Amino acid sequence: MTDKTMTADEAVGRLRSGMTVGIGGWGSRRKPMALVRALLRSQVTDLTVVSYGGPDVGMLAAAGRIRRLVAPFATLDSIPLEPHFRAARESGAFAFTEYDEAMFLWGLRAAANRLPFLPVRAGLGSDVLRVNPELRTVLSPYGDGEELVAVPALRLDAALVHVNRADRLGNGRYLGPDPYFDDLFCEAADAAYLSCEQLVETADLAEAGPPQSLLIGRHTVTGVVEAPGGAHFTSCAPDHGRDEAFQKLYATTPWPEFAARFLAGRGEDDYRGAVRAWHGERQQWT
Amino acid sequence: MDVNARAAAAGRTAGPGGAVSRAEYCVVACAEEWRGAGEVLASPMGLVPSLGARLARLTFSPDLLLTDGEALLVGPDGEVEGWLPYRRHLDLVAGGRRHVMMGASQIDRYGNQNISCIGDWERPDRQLLGVRGAPANTVNNPVGYWVPRHSRRVFVERVDMVCGVGHDRAASGGAGRFHRLGRVVSDLGVFDFATPDRSMRLASLHPGVGVEEVREATGFALAVPEEVPYTRDPTAEELRLLREVLDPAGLREREVRG
Repeated sequence: MTDKTMTADEAVGRLRSGMTVGIGGWGSRRKPMALVRALLRSQVTDLTVVSYGGPDVGMLAAAGRIRRLVAPFATLDSIPLEPHFRAARESGAFAFTEYDEAMFLWGLRAAANRLPFLPVRAGLGSDVLRVNPELRTVLSPYGDGEELVAVPALRLDAALVHVNRADRLGNGRYLGPDPYFDDLFCEAADAAYLSCEQLVETADLAEAGPPQSLLIGRHTVTGVVEAPGGAHFTSCAPDHGRDEAFQKLYATTPWPEFAARFLAGRGEDDYRGAVRAWHGERQQWT
Repeated sequence: MDVNARAAAAGRTAGPGGAVSRAEYCVVACAEEWRGAGEVLASPMGLVPSLGARLARLTFSPDLLLTDGEALLVGPDGEVEGWLPYRRHLDLVAGGRRHVMMGASQIDRYGNQNISCIGDWERPDRQLLGVRGAPANTVNNPVGYWVPRHSRRVFVERVDMVCGVGHDRAASGGAGRFHRLGRVVSDLGVFDFATPDRSMRLASLHPGVGVEEVREATGFALAVPEEVPYTRDPTAEELRLLREVLDPAGLREREVRG
């Protein structure tokens, strides 16, 4: 069977400018940040980003890589407003497809099920229909005749997701309380890149928990990237919590300064070293 | 002004433990949103509604379900009783067994709510949270609102982006089938939509607040009945639970101004 392991840079090397890229996790929770950092090191730009947005959206927006964002929000959770998302919206930096959380989910489900759309009640009566004039409604063909929103499939060229454990074939397990929608992102994508806290043998993967937490199936995965701390600074329970101090630094530091200090290196080793150094300085002074 | 002085200025005293603060009236008013809600998920957003939901669960609405803010269903003491990751939570919204209390950056007389952005949506003056789940919530679940600082900036003639659907929007099209707005609780009073055109009405004043103060802080013509009651007092047991069990650190006093 195929060994799909690759580096984060190799995974991102398969992306092209102009692609539609879905990013897993939710807010500032289990975001595939090592893959996002690799994306920031690449020249890939002009992206349509599809995300329950967190700092993935913020960083890509700050770096000017987003042409269109499809999202119901962008938040850092403990800091309600994602500062770079906010700045980008206020400067009109990208086009925005603003969906309700449930519309977004059903758009992914439609894509995963190869359906052109799925009907939902969410969105009716709201200005989501005003600001997305391409959205259409459908009438139930049954006796109720109810009008519903036809959410178009959110088909992705690529998906980036991060889980706790994976094998070389692309099977992935989450160990935290919430799977988020990472399996759906993979199923909705033509190619999915799965990073993990720890790469394990398939036999060990099976033993790491109950079968229902084997969230990601290898048939939906193109590349596997071992990335310890790959969700940093977002949470990745139970391997690590959110690095709240560092997130606060991210949210309050001008982007060029933050990027120069933490993202200018050649890879994750440099990033982790810079973060360690910052925590070390901070401890000295507090 | 400290809690007791403020409550004393409001002309109220209460049972054991001292005078009732404005924040405590707000918690009880929020708790009332879940009276009779049955065996449904209480989804409070913000500290005061969260305290209200847990207070209701501990007293008059014992069948309520609560979450830990992540993926678990928990009792008021944190005991885990179920699993509710986001995917199941969104399905639960659509299934309707949920009663939510949301915040509002703007709300109009018909209960249209905005948490997305201020100004022109194309290029907003201030980007806020985004629509999040407000459109789905309001066409599927009973929805109340909590506004910690009642002002003309929040209670507006027209919201800039309709996220939560109000009565006028629900009256036409398919949005109305499961649409039900509860009450709006602010730091000044409680508001409902019990008028012929389902526009907002002053339902009760928190003790110490006058009608004129509310009118002055509201950016649209509010329906005001001839007789406006005061928001009910907490019972002695409710005060004990709130002060000793649910919020011994008194964080509620930070969310509601004096």
